[in-house]
Amino acid sequence: MSVLLSRVTPVPRARPARRSSSRWWHLLLAPIALLFALPFVQMFLTALTPASEINKFPPAFIPAHLTLDGFVRLFQTSGILLWMRNTIVVSGVGVLSHMVLCSLAGYGFARLRFRGRNLGFFAIVATIMIPTQLLMVPTYILFTRLGLIDTLGAAIVPWLASAFGIFLMRQFFLSLPAELEEAAMLDGCTRLQVFFRVVLPLARPALATLAIFTLLGSWNDLIWPLIAINNDQAFTLQLGITNFQGARRTDWSLLMAGNVVATLPLIAFFIAAQKQFLATMTFSGIKG
Amino acid sequence: MAATTVFSSRSERGRGRETAARGATAQQSAERRRQIRRRSLRADFEGWGFVGPAMVIVLGLSVFPAVWAFLLSLQKWNGFSTPTNVGLANYATMITDGQLRAAVNHTVLYTALFVPTSVLLGLFLAVALNRRIVLVGIYRTAIFLPFVASAASTGILTTYLFNPQYGLVNNVLRVLGLPQQGWLENPSQAMVVITLMSLWGQAAFTTVIYLAALQDIPGELLEAARIDGANVWQSFWRVTFPQLAPVTVFVTIWQTIGAIQLFDLVYTTTRGGPLNATETIVYYMWKSAFKNLEFGYGSAVAYGLFAVTLIITIGVVLYSRRTKVEAF
Repeated sequence: MSVLLSRVTPVPRARPARRSSSRWWHLLLAPIALLFALPFVQMFLTALTPASEINKFPPAFIPAHLTLDGFVRLFQTSGILLWMRNTIVVSGVGVLSHMVLCSLAGYGFARLRFRGRNLGFFAIVATIMIPTQLLMVPTYILFTRLGLIDTLGAAIVPWLASAFGIFLMRQFFLSLPAELEEAAMLDGCTRLQVFFRVVLPLARPALATLAIFTLLGSWNDLIWPLIAINNDQAFTLQLGITNFQGARRTDWSLLMAGNVVATLPLIAFFIAAQKQFLATMTFSGIKG
Repeated sequence: MAATTVFSSRSERGRGRETAARGATAQQSAERRRQIRRRSLRADFEGWGFVGPAMVIVLGLSVFPAVWAFLLSLQKWNGFSTPTNVGLANYATMITDGQLRAAVNHTVLYTALFVPTSVLLGLFLAVALNRRIVLVGIYRTAIFLPFVASAASTGILTTYLFNPQYGLVNNVLRVLGLPQQGWLENPSQAMVVITLMSLWGQAAFTTVIYLAALQDIPGELLEAARIDGANVWQSFWRVTFPQLAPVTVFVTIWQTIGAIQLFDLVYTTTRGGPLNATETIVYYMWKSAFKNLEFGYGSAVAYGLFAVTLIITIGVVLYSRRTKVEAF
């Protein structure tokens, strides 16, 4: 278990290579890095290219002038701001609820003794095996009966908690020494007070991993909102820009402007917190 | 770890019973027992208070629908009329369903294209990025950044980059004097394009896992190989690669499970076309359930997929146990 947790640290430093070979690695890595960067570069360029230039033949690699027309049309003729708000609500509620509910449950499974604990934890871990596709039809029917279909609630509820989140937090709490909590209990704190005042502040690295995992998943989710939401007032960003593809097939600068709006927040966040993102990826991989 | 706590709580209860037995009167011991019961009830209440809310959501949105899906798979139902029980008829239909068979073939093709390339690419990139050279930070960021691109975003980029008329890829081919391609509009190329863009978005995952694993290889091993006269190539394949075997097994399973569930990128690029060439199992399942409103049949297909996933996972785990590669 401690092995698992050593992974929730940023990607370790590389071992120094022998100098002589480094030039060759540049020859390999520079073109690959360029290739990986290309689609995003195209996204930004196309969003800023006037429509008249995009459909020209033969196409130019670099536009002659840049314009914000695509963004202007995007904001004037679509509900992008509403969809952005919807996505922020879905991800915001999801991240907050994950942090509260999964850490409470993780702590319960790691520290408290009660009947049915092991069975409960086993049930949680077993659900990780169930593929989401299996759940879509019954969940759709369930949400229809609850009146959630075509509302933002349908997108929010599945992100309130997850088996992965509970598992992650339990592993983390098991690695914390219990003495500190015991001391606080002797000082007369209740369990909940201990949890919020002593334990949670120590759980920051695990909470960061959990938050990034939830943010990435909920921000980018497509298949479930696609099934559950058919009303463009409740569209998420991903649903909105996917819908553009059918409706505005030829207006590429608008499409790409929408794409920039939907992706830029995560790009900025990734660049700002790259180490945390990589730690999250490593953990979500190692967990299996 | 769980086992030890179970034991300690049992011994505590045992100790309580001992003390009670040593009590002076029966009344005292009954009082004591009641106290213990009250305390353990309180512990149960507290424990379930902590884990309950999350458990209701997780189990309510997984175990409950999973059981329901199985019941649905035994029915014929379009969501409005009264469902009729058809027993295993949906599963029987799956065996003779030509469209499903085609979807399975497309999924197998994608898996065969995607899994080996993503594992090898991740291994290669991890080895390449695992050194302290100038600019390596920039290379890493460029390669890892596409990981945040959603399927919707990747889909739009794919249709633009591979557009036959004004897409960048054909434009490059034109400048190089090579023939123009149909890409997503060509049934034999569409799946390749989807694979390429999946690799773009997911290379970061396998790379990061391999990077972490490379750091765990003891330096002495490579040192010893060098002293024994192995060149870089030999020490990689004879020392490093075998050390990475558990990670390779794990990453292969993980990527395979992901690959046989491909849906999003198909939806945002080709919608199963051209000529159904990219219709995968999950896409077909989605179409049956939510376009044709065959809830029962869609659920049966989903269960079939689940079974295949389980068999693959168990098979690989058993195989790696036998060959002494500990991935789990």
